[in-house]
Amino acid sequence: MTTPTAPDAMYRNDEGLGIWEHRGKVAAYGVGHGPTSRRWDGRPETCVGAITIQALRKAIADAGVAPEQIDGLVVVPVTTTGAFWEEGKPLPMDVIESFNQTDDPLDGVAKLSAEWLLANMPELTNVQFTMYGPGCMSNALNVAAQAVGDGLTHTCLVVKSWHNFEGRYYQSGANVEDALPGTAAITRLWGGPASYGTALQFAEYCRKYGKTHEMMAPFMENSRRNGLMFPEGYWAQHRPEELGREDYLAARWIAKPANLFDNDIPIMMSGAYLFSTAERAGDMKQKPVYILNHASSNARPRSLTPTLDEVEAETARTARKIYEGAGITADDLSFENMYDGFSLFHQFHLEGLGYRGIKFGEALDFYQTDISIEGPNPVSPSGGNVGSGRSRVWMHTDCIQQLQGRAGPRQVTGVEPEVAVSGGPMPLGGNFTVWSASPD
Amino acid sequence: MSKQGVVPDDFSQPFWDAANEERLVIQNCLECNRLQHPPAETCRDCGAGDSFEWKPMSGRGTIYNYGVVHDCPVRLLQEDQPFNLAVIMLDDDPGIQMFSHLPGVPVDDVPVGAAVEVIFEPTANGQLVPEWRVIDD
Ligand SMILES: [Zn+2]
Repeated sequence: MTTPTAPDAMYRNDEGLGIWEHRGKVAAYGVGHGPTSRRWDGRPETCVGAITIQALRKAIADAGVAPEQIDGLVVVPVTTTGAFWEEGKPLPMDVIESFNQTDDPLDGVAKLSAEWLLANMPELTNVQFTMYGPGCMSNALNVAAQAVGDGLTHTCLVVKSWHNFEGRYYQSGANVEDALPGTAAITRLWGGPASYGTALQFAEYCRKYGKTHEMMAPFMENSRRNGLMFPEGYWAQHRPEELGREDYLAARWIAKPANLFDNDIPIMMSGAYLFSTAERAGDMKQKPVYILNHASSNARPRSLTPTLDEVEAETARTARKIYEGAGITADDLSFENMYDGFSLFHQFHLEGLGYRGIKFGEALDFYQTDISIEGPNPVSPSGGNVGSGRSRVWMHTDCIQQLQGRAGPRQVTGVEPEVAVSGGPMPLGGNFTVWSASPD
Repeated sequence: MSKQGVVPDDFSQPFWDAANEERLVIQNCLECNRLQHPPAETCRDCGAGDSFEWKPMSGRGTIYNYGVVHDCPVRLLQEDQPFNLAVIMLDDDPGIQMFSHLPGVPVDDVPVGAAVEVIFEPTANGQLVPEWRVIDD
């Protein structure tokens, strides 16, 4: 069995598609997370494959289904954006030989195939459908929702994991060479860090609307506070430190106006969910969280980096797609859980959605009001990547747990958790899911 | 600042040859007469794949935006941290952007909106690269 990558047709990229044909007929039931760590310590039991198996087993147990009932698996095969196994570095043979292998020796160590997972989870005896949703959990969720809706799988696991190695992201390869190939050099000679593009958009935003980087502090504080109430997260597990206003504003710059905390911390983690049809609700241990819609953005900037105009046009378009397919309006959102890594673009997602009626240029003022989980306008109750480390997963887990009423100390109390949206990553280029406690 | 050297490949050779002659050229699609930067094998607008020219630019532009890089992933540039990294909009088509270190402009004191003109600076291996200088009134 070779696992195909999801075809473009599985994503809802266009406006005017109407209500999603499977609205309310697909549901999330189980959630499972593997343990987090800052970097891999080299042991077999902590490699990305191993923590993924843990996450999947927890999701299965959480939903209360027998493993042989699972007939589908959607995987994000890439497990990093910047931590790569260096060419020529010896392979960790003791680790590789601890597992059933595929043709690729780094499978389970620096990447993940569906085949590797199935080879190492013998209890999954009935998986007929496998598919890759490359990129983020957000991609994989959309693919899994569509696949269950289309009847390609009935009970489906969906998983996204991250590995992290020694060393820093991006400080190798072409970046340490004395010369670059000509085509790459046309854009890369200037050395912008990963957060530079977002920093630019934020700078333009501040100039246009008269806002400042300082105005981010309440959002950062709130996000870390929520993250510390996320027992699956990195900061809660390893460094239970608040992020006060002074700490945030004193942090060193990476690409001003983006500072250290505006850049999410790379970690190892794995998050998994169990999806099935809404009809199976009676067989499950957990309450269903119905999927009302999924939507995608595949816009690209005209030139090197998105302008604020391009960002705002696209987040508005994305919101129209989100609402149209779900048959809801901004007024229906109990809270929002859009992506935040980098933190300086969270407001673009928020303004695109028109959450609580806010318009372009108003989100930073909104951050100065009560955005806590106890208030009437929760912002990022998951805490996102700011609160729990780089995963692009927390927002989805939180939506499911909030709507099931089992977000623990993080549970929103100022609003009734009924409808939520999560997704990302970028304002130009992302995937989004609408969740609901009720199927209609 | 000393940038990494450049080894032109077939695709980028005309851009770098022009730079060595202190001329700025940008890829233009002959099908839809639209400038494209970064250059690509196909036109991102009309999809045409085989009808491009490298079109000479006026060499005039405006500072559209900037950030200040304090933690650069490129080793060769790290000794110059922090440094300005600006985005220039070309007068020929403001939708087309180019990066600039803005030589001569103090760090984090960038006149957004100011007029700039292209200059050419040597990289580590002598290849000239387009850069931008604020035009004094
Ligand atoms: Zn064209």
